[in-house]
Amino acid sequence: MILPYFIIIPLIAAFLISLIAGKKDQWAISLSLIAIIAVLVLSVYSFIIFQKETLIYNMSGWKFPFGIVLVMDALTSFMLVMVSIISLTSIIFSVQYIRYIDMDWKYYSLFMLLVTGMNGVIITGDLFNLFVFMEIALFAAFILVAYGRKAEEFEAAFKYAVMGGVSSILVLLGIAILYSATSTLTMAKVAEELKLLNPKITLWVGGLFLVGFGLKAAVMPFHAWLPDAHSSAPAPISAMLSGVLIKALGLYVIIRIFFNVLDAPIIFTKAFLILGAISILLGVFLAIGQWDLKRLLAYHSVSQIGYMLLGLGLATPLGILGGVYHLFNHAMFKSLLFYNAGSVELALGTRDLQKMGNVVKILPVTAQTSMIASLSISGIPPFNGFFSKLIIIIASIQAGEFWFAFFAVVGSLFTLASFMKVQRYGFRGENIIEIVKEKIGWQMNIAMILLAFLCLLTSLLIIPGIKEVTLDPVVNVIVQKAQYFNLMTGR
Amino acid sequence: MMKTDKGMSIIVKTVTRISVWLIILYGIYIIVHGHLTPGGGFGGGVVIALAFLNVMLAYGKEFTEKWLNFQLLHDIESSSVTVFLVVGILGISLGGAFLANFLSKGDLFELYSAGVIPVFNILIGIKVGISLFLVVWLLAGINPEEEDE
Amino acid sequence: MTIYLLCFALFLVGLYGVLTKRDIVKIILSIGIMGYATNLFLVFVGYKSGAIYPILSEGKCIQPMVDPLPQALVLTSIVIELGTTALLVSLAIKLFQKYSTFDITKIRRLSG
Repeated sequence: MILPYFIIIPLIAAFLISLIAGKKDQWAISLSLIAIIAVLVLSVYSFIIFQKETLIYNMSGWKFPFGIVLVMDALTSFMLVMVSIISLTSIIFSVQYIRYIDMDWKYYSLFMLLVTGMNGVIITGDLFNLFVFMEIALFAAFILVAYGRKAEEFEAAFKYAVMGGVSSILVLLGIAILYSATSTLTMAKVAEELKLLNPKITLWVGGLFLVGFGLKAAVMPFHAWLPDAHSSAPAPISAMLSGVLIKALGLYVIIRIFFNVLDAPIIFTKAFLILGAISILLGVFLAIGQWDLKRLLAYHSVSQIGYMLLGLGLATPLGILGGVYHLFNHAMFKSLLFYNAGSVELALGTRDLQKMGNVVKILPVTAQTSMIASLSISGIPPFNGFFSKLIIIIASIQAGEFWFAFFAVVGSLFTLASFMKVQRYGFRGENIIEIVKEKIGWQMNIAMILLAFLCLLTSLLIIPGIKEVTLDPVVNVIVQKAQYFNLMTGR
Repeated sequence: MMKTDKGMSIIVKTVTRISVWLIILYGIYIIVHGHLTPGGGFGGGVVIALAFLNVMLAYGKEFTEKWLNFQLLHDIESSSVTVFLVVGILGISLGGAFLANFLSKGDLFELYSAGVIPVFNILIGIKVGISLFLVVWLLAGINPEEEDE
Repeated sequence: MTIYLLCFALFLVGLYGVLTKRDIVKIILSIGIMGYATNLFLVFVGYKSGAIYPILSEGKCIQPMVDPLPQALVLTSIVIELGTTALLVSLAIKLFQKYSTFDITKIRRLSG
C-alpha cells in the first residue's frame, strides 16, 4: 500500500535535512528534490492506476471504524498530483532565489514540512488527523512567510498567524461538536451517523467549518490576511501559498466535508454561490487598483477562489467539473505569475509596476511566460483558464443562475483589464532599464518554462476522451456524495 | 558544576545543583512508565526541559552554554524524529501497517510490555524535552531593544 | 447544559479579546483563552457522571469510565497551542524589535 508514503517521504526528508545538511545547502536541495520527485511519481502513478477505486489504509493496524484511516480516491490523487507539481517547480525556482536571501537548510526543511501537512490534509480520512496536519502546514507557512526577516514580513506573518490560529480553533470547536453528536471522528462514519440525527447539528457544524475553512481559503469576507501574507513571502513560497495551500487547506477540505460528509445542504451551496460571487467581484476590483505586482496577484487569488466556489456552489456535475478544473488550472498559472514577479523583483529590485520597463529585452523568458500566464488567467483561448471559466459560466446558465453567470463574465473582463495593465506598464513598459541587479539563472527559467508549458497542456484535459479518464472520476467522487462512505463501510 | 559569579545566589545554585538530577530522573520515570500510568512522552519531556531551564535560570546563560553541547542537542533532536519514522516504517514491513506493533506485547502492568509504545514514548520524550528547552532558550536570547541585521 | 454555555461564554471572551484589543500580547492571550475554552468543551464532551478515570491499573475491577478519546485530543491540541503560542510570541518579539511598539494600530506598514 502506497498511501502512508505520501506523508512519510516528505516528513523523513524534512528531518534528514536538519540532521545531515551543514552550512552548505547542496544536501538540502538534493534531498528535497529526491523526496518531491518520489511523491510526484507516486501520485501520478496512483492517479492513473486507482481511478475507479477507493483505497483505505488502516494506520497502525487498527480496523476501520476505530483507528485513523487514510483514504485515497480520484479527488485525493488529483490534488496530490497538483501539490507535487507545484512543489517541484517551487523547489527548482528556490535554488537560486533563496540563496539571494541566505544559504540555509532551514528553508528546505520547512518546505518539506509544508508539503507533509498538505499531503496529510489531502489523504487523511479522519477529522482530528486533518486538524493536526492542517496545523503542521500552517506552522511551516507562518515561518516561511517571515523567512526574509524584514519588518513587513513579520507583520504579515503575525496577521496570518492570528487569523490562522482563530480559524483553527473554530475548526476544532466544529470537530468537538461533531464528535459529541456522532461519537466518532472517521469521516465516513460521521457521514453515516449524521443522516440519523437532527439536521440542526449540520447547520451548526457547517457554519463553524464554513468560517474556519473559509478563513483558510481566503473567501471574500475572510480574506484580510491573504494580500499581506502572499505579497510579503519569498516568491516561491507565494507560489506555494497561492497555488496550492489555500486550495489544499481551504477548498479541498470544504469539498470533502460539505459534499462527502455533510451531504451538501442547500443552504450551504447557496452560501457558496453568494460568497463566490462577492469574492469574484470585490477581489478583482481591489486588484485592479494595485500597483504592487505581488499584491495585485494576491488579490486575484481571492477573485479566482471565488470562481471555484461559484462552480462548486452550483452543485451540478458541470459546475463541479468547472470548479475542480479551475482549481487545477489556477495552481498552474498563478504559481507561474508569482515566479515571474519573483524573477522581476530579483533582477530589477522593484515590484512597483510604474518603475518596471522593457522587461522583454532584459528578461525574455520571464516576459514571454508571463504573457502566457496573463492570457490564461484572463481567459483567452487556447489557454487553460478559458476553458474552465467557460464551463463555470455555461454551468451557471444551465442551472438558471443568470446573475451569477453575469458576475463571472464581468469578473473575467476586469481580470483581463488588470492584466493588460500589468503587461502595458510592467513587462512592456516605457522605462528603459539598463542595470540588472541579479542575473536570472537557468533553474528559475526552467521552472517558469515548465509551468508555461503546463498552462497549455492542461487545456487538453477538457478534450473528450482525455476528460473521461482525468476529470470525470474526480467529479464523480464529489457528485455521488454517499459513495464515499458506502465504499468504505463495505456496502 | 563549578562556581561562577553570574546567575542567582548561592542558595539557589546549591538547591539547583542537587535537584536538577532528581527532576531529570522524575522526567525519565514519567516517560518510561508512559504506557502504564498517566503521562508519557510529552509530559516527561516537559519535565526534562524544565530541569535544563532551571539550570539556565540559576547559573545564567554563559554557564549553560558551556555545560551543554548545543550542536549535539540539535543532532539528537533531529535523529529522534528520524528514528521514530524508521520504527514506524519497520512497522510496515514487520507489523503490516505504518506505526504498527511488531514487538512482543508482554504481560499486562509490567514495565516491559505494550510493544512499540514505550519506544515511541522515549523518542517523543527526547524530542519534546530538547525542543521545548531550545524554544525557550532562543526566545530568552533575543534582545528586544537591539535590532539585528 | 449550563456548563456548556459557560464554556461558550469563555470562548466568546477570547474572541472579543482578539477582535477588540490593540496590544499584541493581549491578542496572543485571547487566542489562548479561545483554545482553553475549546479544550474544556472537549473534556466535557467525554464526561459521564459517576465514571472514573480511564486508566486500567492492577487489582482494580472494571468500572464505568469517562471517554478517553477527547482527553487524547485535548492533549494533542494543547501541544499544538503550545507551538502556536511560542511562534506568536517570537513574532511579537521580532515585531517589537522592528517597530518598537506592541500597539497593533501602529504596526501598519502594509496597507491597501
